[in-house]
Amino acid sequence: MNIQKSIKVLIVDDEPNILLSLEFLMKKEGFIVFIARDGEEAFDIIKREHPRIVLLDIMMPKVDGYEVCRFIKGGNETKDTKVVFLSAKSKEADIEKGYSVGADLYIPKPFSTRDLVKKINMMAAGVI
Amino acid sequence: MNSYILGLISIYYLAFLFIVAYQAEKKSKNAKSIVSNPNIYALSLAVYCTAWTFYGSVGRASTDGLDFLAVYIGPTLVMFLAFPILLKIVRICKTQRLTSIADFISSRYGKNRSLGVLVTIICLLSGIPYIALQLKAISNSFGILTRSLVNTNILVDHTFYIVILLVLFTILFGTRNVEATERHEGMVSAIAVESIIKLIAFFAIGIYVTYWLFGGFEDIYNKAKLLQAAKKNFVLENKSGMSMWFWHTLLATMAFLFLPRQFQVTVVENVDEKYINRAMWMFPLYMLLINIFVMPITLAGGIIFNGQAVNSDMFVLSIPLHFSNELLAILTYIGGFSAATGMIIVETIAISVMVSNNLLMPIFLGIPASKEIIALNPSRVIQFMRRLSIALIIFLGYFYFKFITEKYSLVSIGMTAFVVVAQFAPSVLVGIFWKRGTQKGAMAGLVGGTIVWFFTLIIPSLVSSGVMSDKIMSEGLFGNTLLKPYELFGMTGMDNISHATFWTLFFNTALYFLGSLCTKQTSIEHNQAVLFVDVFRYSKGIENSVVWRGKALVSDIMNLLESFLGTSRTERVSRVFATRNNINLNTRYADARFVNYSEKLLSGIVGTASARMMVSSVAKEEEISLNEVVEILKKSQELMAVNKELKQKSQELKLLTEQLQAANEQLKFTDKLKDDFLATVTHEIRTPLTSIKALSEILYDNDDIEHSERQHFLNTIIKEADRLSRLINQVLDLEKFESGKVKVAKETLNLEEIIEDSIESIEQLAKDKGISIKTKIDKKLPKFEGDRDRIMQVMLNLLSNALKFTEPHKGTIKITAYSKDDNLHVNVIDDGAGIAKEYQQLIFDKFYQAHDQTIKKPKGSGLGLAISKRILELHNGKIWVESEIGKGSKFSFLIPIEEIKLTKK
Repeated sequence: MNIQKSIKVLIVDDEPNILLSLEFLMKKEGFIVFIARDGEEAFDIIKREHPRIVLLDIMMPKVDGYEVCRFIKGGNETKDTKVVFLSAKSKEADIEKGYSVGADLYIPKPFSTRDLVKKINMMAAGVI
Repeated sequence: MNSYILGLISIYYLAFLFIVAYQAEKKSKNAKSIVSNPNIYALSLAVYCTAWTFYGSVGRASTDGLDFLAVYIGPTLVMFLAFPILLKIVRICKTQRLTSIADFISSRYGKNRSLGVLVTIICLLSGIPYIALQLKAISNSFGILTRSLVNTNILVDHTFYIVILLVLFTILFGTRNVEATERHEGMVSAIAVESIIKLIAFFAIGIYVTYWLFGGFEDIYNKAKLLQAAKKNFVLENKSGMSMWFWHTLLATMAFLFLPRQFQVTVVENVDEKYINRAMWMFPLYMLLINIFVMPITLAGGIIFNGQAVNSDMFVLSIPLHFSNELLAILTYIGGFSAATGMIIVETIAISVMVSNNLLMPIFLGIPASKEIIALNPSRVIQFMRRLSIALIIFLGYFYFKFITEKYSLVSIGMTAFVVVAQFAPSVLVGIFWKRGTQKGAMAGLVGGTIVWFFTLIIPSLVSSGVMSDKIMSEGLFGNTLLKPYELFGMTGMDNISHATFWTLFFNTALYFLGSLCTKQTSIEHNQAVLFVDVFRYSKGIENSVVWRGKALVSDIMNLLESFLGTSRTERVSRVFATRNNINLNTRYADARFVNYSEKLLSGIVGTASARMMVSSVAKEEEISLNEVVEILKKSQELMAVNKELKQKSQELKLLTEQLQAANEQLKFTDKLKDDFLATVTHEIRTPLTSIKALSEILYDNDDIEHSERQHFLNTIIKEADRLSRLINQVLDLEKFESGKVKVAKETLNLEEIIEDSIESIEQLAKDKGISIKTKIDKKLPKFEGDRDRIMQVMLNLLSNALKFTEPHKGTIKITAYSKDDNLHVNVIDDGAGIAKEYQQLIFDKFYQAHDQTIKKPKGSGLGLAISKRILELHNGKIWVESEIGKGSKFSFLIPIEEIKLTKK
């Protein structure tokens, strides 16, 4: 728990109620949590805070999740940031596309909170 | 008048004709044929009315009264009563590729060469004097207008130069294509224009005389009655009486069918058989019009020139000149000029084809060196022959006019020509209905008729011109009184022409039947006879008709075709024929059908007789029975029927395939739409589901959550569950619209009431959010028809959207309603967040999540707007939005008032 205290997690989603649950879950695990409601907000925070992990929705107004992921994986300073897609798009092709733009993990919505938390913790510990 | 000016006018006129013909040819090259027109066809038939009509009718009426009409009644009868015969002749010529009356007769009787030669000679005998007649008319009218005497020195004779121009014109438009079956569109157009010009000119002089110089028809008749000389103009001649009318009408009927120029315009230049229907009434009408003023002009001429020696043939010119109306005289001159030139051009083209195909070509082909010359450039050779013939014919006509016609009136030359042309009647008219008619019979009839014609009409004219002694007229041939030219076998009481018509046709017909019954047909003769008589039965299969079986090498036939059609055309034509008839051309010996088809192709270029000669030179003839011919015809007709059926079937199949493809595309498209919709709906359902699941799990796993936070989570779960059920309702609602299950009720509605009701139902929500609602609704809005619940649904959707996007305790919502241009307008305006331009269309679309589209439309609008759009569409209205980020949105919809009234009716 203590190790994770300094780890920054960015949550990007346009649904306030989803943000509500994700924020609760991540804070409870002791991460430093940042919130972005769309892709543009996410860019700012990524540039400023260099989060270790980004929980990323795909379907968003203005800039979509793929774009954000490409931005993260394409930047020199941010390319080590772990990207976890959390999306209601759950077809094989969608998941494949998610990985193809550089995601480290793809979790379809609706997700299991326990499972999600476990995976993010593993990621923070460097296991994934 | 100055003769140079008149000469210039004549040249200008010919230049004008040249332009007309040239333009028509140009258009036909661009596939915009102006000759493909029944009116042009009908007008071109009026080439029948030559200078003889234009000047001669009045001349004839002056001497013989109403007799001149017989010449026009004949053709009228043909058009009204005998048009099935005309149709049959046209059909035969088209299927057999016949290009002249000589071809027609020689082809009917076994493609006999001597018959072709004989018919050509007869045509020359009728044509040359007839052309001379036209030149005489031109020369006379020229002389009268310029008040000069006809000059015997050719080099200073104006007519000679006009003749040269005519030769050039005819060559230019008559020998454009070597294939005579290809029509002379330029020439036909020029002829049609000439027909109009001569009618206008004759009308002008007629009206001038009748209404300008005199006080109408009645006035002329009353004044003429006082003149002794005009008496005969009111009655039919007693002397020969009705018999003269009968014979002259019969003569004109046959002339109309068989005169070379008539055969040319009626049959050869016919584009479409249906045009005959138009010509059926239009041509007789033309003749009626051009004859209306003949009698008044005749009588007027008699009154004006009473006692003076004025040639009645030239009354139409002399009258305006007498009153110094030069302009009208020139117009009349042009009319007569056009009548004469029209005749000369068409007649020459028609006869030149015969002369070159039946006289010159066979002679030329007989020369040993001909093959080499032809091989060099066959179309050049044919063209040269045609041009030579044209020049020959027109110059012959000119010399005939110069040295022979001076002594005869226009009419007598014309009628003499008619009689000789009438000799074709038995061979043609009986030949297309009676299969037994033989070549020898036709030959006997034609020769016999022509000899009698020579005896009864030409000998007297030779006598009167002093070439022969007049003993024969009074004492008869060899002193036999039964053999007097004007009183053959003692027959008296008829005029010369009727007398000659009777005896020529009597001998001709008798010899034809006698000869036919006494001789046997060869097989090819019989086969041709069947093809002619039964043309309507076989016309579809005639392309493959085999009337004689020639054994020939394919290479020989191809060489022959190539030398006349050119390599590429031969290749194309033979390929088409081979595929159409399922013939293999890669064999050593050619199929009999191909040999015959080649012959037909060639006959379109060099005439029947020459074509037969050429094909025979490379083919060894074998006998073929009629049974075989009919068998082949039937087979090919069956084959063609099957082909046609197959073609139709395959076309139907093609159509069906296309329809299927279209349906498939449509299905694919709707399928894609369904997929998209499904993807959207799943996404929309998953979103609240995700929140519900996550929050529930959190609550389940964390007993230690603070009370207020727990309440917040639980409240969120409830809201998200509501959102889910609303979404499901909307999906079901939309599905109803999609499948057309929604029926819109038609009630008379009051818009103001609906707006007020909708505001009332969200008032509480607005108060809670601290948002004020203002309305500005026009008084006395017209009532409209629609579904109250559905319009209410639209209003509620717009209002709740506005509420959702307006900032609490600050914002206002404004509703306006008014009627404009028969439409009811409603606006719902908020001062909320606004909608970016790129989404303004998207928000009314239920498929905002297309396959590769990941940009989301603003959340919260759900499917409500999509449903509202459907509702308005069902009311023939529409909905749209105007908005700017940060400045709010204005949603508007309109419902037509009038439209709904209409649908009610």
